[in-house]
Amino acid sequence: MIRIKKLILSIFAFLFLITSNTYADKVRIATEGAYPPWNSKSADGKLIGFEVELANVLCGYMGHECTIVEQDWDGMIPALRMRKYDAIMAGMSITDERKKVITFSQGYADEVASLAVMKGSSLESLKTVEAVNLSKGAKKTLKTLTTALAGKTVGVQVGTIHQNFLESGDVGKVNVRTYKTQDEVNLDLAAGRIDVALAAAVAFTDYAEKSGKPVVLVGPTFSGGAFGNGVGVGLRQEAQFGSSTAMGKRDGQLLKDFNKAINKARKDGKISELAIKWFGFDASM
Amino acid sequence: MISSFPKLLNATLVTLKLVSLSLIFGIFLGTFFAILRTGKNKFLKNFSYYYSYVFRGTPMLVQLFIIYFGLAQIEYLRSSFLWIILKEPYWCAIIAFTLNTGAYTSEILRSAFETIDKGYIEAGQSLGIPKNKIFYKIKFPIAIRQSLPAYSNEMILMLKGTSLASTVTLMDLTGVAKFIISTTFKPIEIFIVAGSIYLFITFLIHTFVKLVERKLEYPK
Amino acid sequence: MELLVFGKNGWGDELFFATLMTLAVAITAMLIGFFFALIFTPLKISKNKILNFIGNFYTTVIRGVPELLVIYLFFFGGSTAVMFVAKIFGYEGYIEINAFITGAFSIGIISGAYSTEVFRGAYQSIKRGQFEASKVLGLKKNLSFFKVILPQMLRLAIPNITNVWQITLKDTALISVTGLVEIMRQSHIAAGSTRDPLLFYSFAAVLYLILTFFSMKVLNKLETHYQRGH
Repeated sequence: MIRIKKLILSIFAFLFLITSNTYADKVRIATEGAYPPWNSKSADGKLIGFEVELANVLCGYMGHECTIVEQDWDGMIPALRMRKYDAIMAGMSITDERKKVITFSQGYADEVASLAVMKGSSLESLKTVEAVNLSKGAKKTLKTLTTALAGKTVGVQVGTIHQNFLESGDVGKVNVRTYKTQDEVNLDLAAGRIDVALAAAVAFTDYAEKSGKPVVLVGPTFSGGAFGNGVGVGLRQEAQFGSSTAMGKRDGQLLKDFNKAINKARKDGKISELAIKWFGFDASM
Repeated sequence: MISSFPKLLNATLVTLKLVSLSLIFGIFLGTFFAILRTGKNKFLKNFSYYYSYVFRGTPMLVQLFIIYFGLAQIEYLRSSFLWIILKEPYWCAIIAFTLNTGAYTSEILRSAFETIDKGYIEAGQSLGIPKNKIFYKIKFPIAIRQSLPAYSNEMILMLKGTSLASTVTLMDLTGVAKFIISTTFKPIEIFIVAGSIYLFITFLIHTFVKLVERKLEYPK
Repeated sequence: MELLVFGKNGWGDELFFATLMTLAVAITAMLIGFFFALIFTPLKISKNKILNFIGNFYTTVIRGVPELLVIYLFFFGGSTAVMFVAKIFGYEGYIEINAFITGAFSIGIISGAYSTEVFRGAYQSIKRGQFEASKVLGLKKNLSFFKVILPQMLRLAIPNITNVWQITLKDTALISVTGLVEIMRQSHIAAGSTRDPLLFYSFAAVLYLILTFFSMKVLNKLETHYQRGH
C-alpha cells in the first residue's frame, strides 16, 4: 500500500514538473488563424491579419507582454473559460448568447454579414433591400429570403452568429451544413456542394479575390439582432473564478486595460489604419 | 443538458447507420481483396497488398479529407456522373470508411485463410468435393469463425472511426455533441454523455459477437 | 508543386517540421502509454477485485470511446484537473500545460490502454511452468519477475506493440484541437490558405506512409533481435 501511495505521489510530482510553466504576467491572446482577412496564416507559418496586428498594438498600449496563440474556432470559448489563454481576438461578434458565459471589451470593428453564391446560381438575381438591421425589424426582407432559401443548402462555419441566425427560424427552416473553418465553407461553395453560404461579407470578397473563383454576394447585408454588436475582445467574466480571488481580479483588470487601449487606438486612428490595410475600408467602430 | 438528450439519441442513429453500412460494404471489399491476396496472380496479389498497406498506414482522417475536399477540386470529376455520389458528404464518408475497413478486413481474412488447418481441405478433397465448393463450404466458414475475435475489434474501431464524419459536415453523434457545445459551452458534460453512448454501443457489439461465437463453436 | 518547396513562399519546410513534430508526439505518447501500461497491467492481472475493476475500466472505456472525444475531454478537462490537484497541495495559481504535453498525454492515455492489453496478453501466455520453475529454483519474487517473466513478456509483446505504435502514430492526426502543428494541422492550414486540398492532403498521406515504412523497418529489426534463440 505504501508503495502505491509513493507511486501516486510521484505521478503527481511528475505532472507538476512538466506543467510547472506557471502563470506569469504574460497575456495570452487566442486567434483562429483561418478567417482572412481578420486572421490567417502565411506560407511561412506565421499568424497574420487585422487582429494579429491590432493585438500587438493593443498590447503595446496596455504595457503588457503578449503571446498570440492559435485555437480552433469550435473550442474557442470553452478553452478561454478553462484558462488556456486570457483573451480572444478572432472576429468574434459580441452577442447576448456569448455574454452569458464570457464578457467582451467594447467593440473594435464591425462587419456586416452577407450571403454568397457562385455566378450563375438561381439566387444571383435575388432582389432585396441593401441592408437589414435585425434589431429594427425587417419582416418583409426576411420573408423574401425565406422563400428564396427554401429547399436550398446553406453552408456556415459552426458556432457562429451566421449559424445562429439560420437556425433562429427568421428565414424559415433551411438546410444548414456546418463546417469547422470558413476556408472549408468557401471550398464547398466553389465545388457546388452547397447552394449558398453565409458569413462576413469580407470573408467572401477576400476568397473571391485570392482564388479567382466567381463568388458573388447576394441579398442584403445583415447586422443587429442575432448578428451581435460588432467584434470585441472576448474575456473571462470576473466572477468566474470569484471577483475577490487573484485570478478574478486579474481578469477584471484585463477588461479595463483592453477597453482603455481600444479607446486610445480608436482616437489615434490606429484601428482605422489597420482596417483599411486589411479590409480595404474603414471597419473600425 | 437534459434537453439535448433527444438530439444526441437521434444522432446515434446516424452513427449506427454509418457504421453498419460501411461494415457491410467493407466485408465484401475485404473478402474480395483477401481472395486476390491468397490467389496465384502476382499482379493482383501485389495490388491487394499495396491497397491494404496504404489504407492501414495512413490516418483515416487524411483518407476522408482526400476523398471529400481533394476530389471535389478536380473539375473533370465534378462534371462527371461520379459527382452525384461525391457531392454528398454522406457518401464520401461511406466510401472512405468502406475503403478503410475493407483494408483491415482483408488482412484479418487473409491471415484466417492462411492458418486454416490443411487437414480440413485435404479431407474435403478426398471426399471428392469440387474446388469451388471447398472454398464456400469449408474454407470460408472456417475463416469467418477464426476471424471473429479480430473482426469484433475492427467493428469497434469503425464505430469510433465514424466520429470523423463530423469533420465533413455530417451530424453524427460526435457532430451533434460538438454542435451542442458550441451553443452551451459545456464541453465536459456533453462529451461524457456522448462517450457513454459510444461505450454502450461497444458493449452491444461485444455481446453480439460473443453470442455469434458461441453459436459457431465446434460441436465437441 | 512549387507550393511544396522550402522557404518563404512554399510549405515544404513547414511540412518537414510538422513531420518531425508528429514523430516526436507519437514517440512521447508511446512512452507515456508504457508508463500507463506499467500501472494498469498489474491491476488487470491482479486477483484483487477492486484493482481488477479499475484496470478493466481504464482499458474498456478508453478503447470504447472515439479518440476524438478522449482528446477533447483531456484538452478541456486536463488543466482543470491539474489545477484541482494543485489546489489540494496548496497551490492556487494558474498552471499552463503546453500544447505538446496536452497532445502527447491525450494520445498517450489511448496508447496506454492498447499497450496494457498487449502486456496482459503477453503475461497470460507465459506458461505456468515458468512461474513454478522459478519458484522451485528458489528465486525471490522480484528476481523471478525481472529475470524470468519480464524478458519473455517483452518478447511476446513486441509484435503486438508494433500494432500499438501504428495506432498511436495515426492517432496523432487527431490532436489538432490542442493547437499543436503536426502533419495534419499543417496540411489543413496549407490547404485552406492555398485552396489546394488535394495536393496537401495527398502529400500528408505520403508523409504518414514514409513514417510508417521506416518505423516498421526499425521495429522489425527489434523483433528479430528479441526472437533470437526461439
